[in-house]
Parts: sequence; C-alpha cells; structure tokens
Amino acid sequence: MITFEHVTKRYGDAVAVDDISLVIPSRETVMLVGPSGCGKTTTMKMINRLIEPTSGVIAIDGVDTRGRDVVELRRSIGYVIQQVGLFPHLTVAENVATVMRLEGWERARVRARVGELLELVGMPESEFGDRLPGELSGGQRQRVGVARALGVDPLMLLMDEPFGAIDPVTRERLQDELIALRRVVGKTIVFVTHDIDEAIKLGDRVALYTPDGRIAQYATPAELLGRPASPYVESFLGRGRLVRRLGLIRLGEVDLEPAGGARPEVTVEIGATLRDALDGVLRAAGGRVGVTDGERLAGVLDAEGIRRAASTPARGEGGG
Amino acid sequence: MSALRYIADNWDTLGPEALTQVRIVLIVVVLAAAAGIPLGVVGVRRERFGELSLAVASAILTIPSFALFVVLRQALLAFGDPPVIAGLALYALLPMIRNTRAGIRGVDAAVLEAARGMGMRPRQVLLRVELPLALPVIVGGLRQATVMVVAIATVGAVVGSNNLGQTILEGINSGNRDVILGGVIPVAVIGVTADLVLAAAQRLLDRGRAVAVVAA
Repeated sequence: MITFEHVTKRYGDAVAVDDISLVIPSRETVMLVGPSGCGKTTTMKMINRLIEPTSGVIAIDGVDTRGRDVVELRRSIGYVIQQVGLFPHLTVAENVATVMRLEGWERARVRARVGELLELVGMPESEFGDRLPGELSGGQRQRVGVARALGVDPLMLLMDEPFGAIDPVTRERLQDELIALRRVVGKTIVFVTHDIDEAIKLGDRVALYTPDGRIAQYATPAELLGRPASPYVESFLGRGRLVRRLGLIRLGEVDLEPAGGARPEVTVEIGATLRDALDGVLRAAGGRVGVTDGERLAGVLDAEGIRRAASTPARGEGGG
Repeated sequence: MSALRYIADNWDTLGPEALTQVRIVLIVVVLAAAAGIPLGVVGVRRERFGELSLAVASAILTIPSFALFVVLRQALLAFGDPPVIAGLALYALLPMIRNTRAGIRGVDAAVLEAARGMGMRPRQVLLRVELPLALPVIVGGLRQATVMVVAIATVGAVVGSNNLGQTILEGINSGNRDVILGGVIPVAVIGVTADLVLAAAQRLLDRGRAVAVVAA
C-alpha cells in the first residue's frame, strides 16, 4: 500500500502537485490521469524519489520513503517509462538482466529469470535475447521494458505513459497484455496516462487531476462515469459516459426485477455487463432480457431497469 | 619518385625516426585520454568547471608548438622527447575533453532516467551507461587528437626529439626537396593509417548506439 499524506511539490512559485492525499491499495492498479502538466508524472516520480516532495509524507506499507536508502527503494519498485529507455548498447537479455545484476544475482539465476520474463511478455529469449533494442519495433521495446521492470519481482510497478508513443492497434494489444499479465503477477501498479479511456480500461481506481495539480476525483472507473464529482470531471470524461459505464457494471451488482411469467426469449449470463444486457434488450421483441445464473433464471431486466442501474450507484459503490 | 628512393636508401635513419614518432604519439594519446576523459566527465557534472576546462584547453592550442616545446624543455629541464610528449599531450586535451563532454551529453535523457529509476548509483550510471554510450564519440576525439599530434610531433625535432622531424629539418637546411618529402611522406602514412584504424574502431563501437558521432 502506498499512501500520500498532504503531499505538495513546488518549483519556486509554481505548484506542480498541490496537497495531495491518496491511498493506493496493494495489488490494485491506480491510474493517474489528467492534462499535461497537471502533476501526475511528478506524483509518480515522488514514489521512487526521482523527485522529492516539498512537503508531506509518502509511505509504502506505513514506512516513510524518506527513511529508506534511495537506491534500495528504487530497486524494489519496477519502473517503465514512455520512451522506454532501454539501454541501446545492451542486448534484450542484458537489458532485462539489469536490476538482477545490480543486485548481484548469480549468473545461472539471472539467466533463468531472464528467460522466464521474456517468455512472459511474449518475446522468447531464443528469438529475441541477443537482439539490440534498435532492431525491435516500438511495441516489442515496450514489452522488453516491462520485462526489465519485473526483473527482481518487485511488489510495485510504476508506469509512466508506457503506451503513449505507440500506434493505437499495438497500444490496445499492450493494454490487453497488461491486464492478462496483472492476473499472473499481482502487482501494485501506478500508471500515468493522459488518455481517460486507457485509465478507465486498465484502472481499478482512477485519480483524475485538475490542470493545477490537485486531484479532482479519486474513484473506481464505474463511479467516475456514474457520478462525476464536478463539471470539470464530467467534461474530462467526454461524451457518452453512461454508455461507457454500462460496460463496467456486472449484472450481479444490479437490482433485477423478479422473474415471472414466460421465460424471456433473450437471456444473458449474470457475469455479463449492463452493456451486454442492453444489447439483448435491443434485440428482444418484448424489450426484456432474462438474466441467468447458470441454469436458474435470476431475474429480468428491461430498458428502464438498465437506465436506473446505469444512473445510480451500483451495489458496493458506496453512497455520497 | 626520387623522394621514395631517398626513403628506401635511408631507411636505417628513417626507420628509427618513424618508430620514435609512433612511440611519442602513442604515449601522448594515452596521457591525453587519461587526463581528458576524467576532466570531460567532471565538466558535465559541474558546468562551470566544464566551460573553464574547455577554455583553458582551447587557449593551450593557440600557443605555437615551437614555443611550447622550448618553454617545456626549460621547465622540465629535459631535452628530447619529454617536452614534446608533454606539449602534445596538452594540445590533445581539447579534443578529448570536448568529445567526452559531447558524448555524455548526447546520451538520451530517457535512458538516464531509466537507469536512475531502476536504482543505479551515480557511479554505475557513469560506468555502465554514460561512458559505454559515449564511447564512439570519445574514440572520435581520440582520432582527432592522434591525427593532430602525428603532424605536430615533427616540430619536436627542434628541441632534440629524434623523430621524422629531423629528416625534414635536414632537408630544409640543405634545401633538398626530396629529403623534406622523405620525412613528410612517412608522417602522412602514419597519420592516415592511425586515422583509418580509429575510424574502423569507431564504426564497430557504433553498433547499436543511438548517439550522434562528433568526428573529424
């Protein structure tokens, strides 16, 4: 768990980050999103002390980071940046081995781990290990960057716009890979992006920054879309926020109407989202879909039910 | 053609002179690198020192070599090669400092940030990232220094260095063009050879390094 308590960063008279308090729970992915210059990257770099806060406390699992050796702190946190920053004079395998070597791992252990990591990011060592970064595509470089960050199996990963400079198709694939990877490795991830859609897609939580270094709202993607805290947040979210929210709410979290009468012709699984249900409603002649939990019919849902579910907090979202 | 005949006929003299020439150049380049690379590195970290060292190294290059060798002969109380080596090493400082500086400054900021962010200590960043990436540019400096020093070394003949400059001096004194060329041609051969070898080294080192090469 990473906690920010009243953290401020000033450069002379300019305030980069303004009195931020934030709790980043373990094993969650927290997206820092906002316009350029809003302080999101500064916030991230204060975690591994590439930037020192002017005031306030940043703690990891309750321990103030200022009390820790900065080199040891950084080696315990994986770091991935937009321009990737692979060492151009070292091979892919040597790049991935960097932190292991710094930590003085034995050769055999380094070799085994490098092979494992390159396999994990889909770039088998037999094919890519001896290549130089200059011989790789942007997407491949980024995968190597992720493998390098995972080197000594850190509990946390900082990712600074890692997919920002990559074409949209590859970016989408890398995002999906990150979601899959996260299931395997279970890290706390702090991810900086200026792309609200990326934040909503990848984040367990999203911290949306104002242009002047404050956090306008810190919430789950569904909460953010359902109840933006201010007109600023609403405008940043862009159009169709409730439609986008539909894809984030599972039918299990929604109040269903009791099933009565004939079984509806169209049914959806309870693990599906409101978006899937709406699709069913649009297809069903009667304007209703049945929601099934295995064989059992758990309830029915019509357009009005979907409307209500989309515009009010889902169960577990809390009030206020 | 008679210059080449002169060279062939006088190889017992010219051979040892050429060897002295090469030996001087090698010592000078090693000394200049040993001093210039650290000075360049420090100059990147401390900007004012960096600018000062460049200014001093440039100023040294404006001193006529003949005068510099004579002054150093008095200062070192040594005749022959030592004042020549010392003077040339001072000349060679400028390309070494300048290229070390340019090479390190040319390292991609993202690469440096990644290195620091991964927990490299400043020394590790220098030795594992900055210097290896700057190496082609530093070798470029070595190349400039070498070529410059090969030619100027001949002037050292006036303070008693027994190099190819002696033959050139002899030619000047006797007014014999073939004798002058007999000294000049081996100097050119040494210079061009050194340049080609170092250029090849530079190309080899450039493999994968995304740093612009500031070369002669």
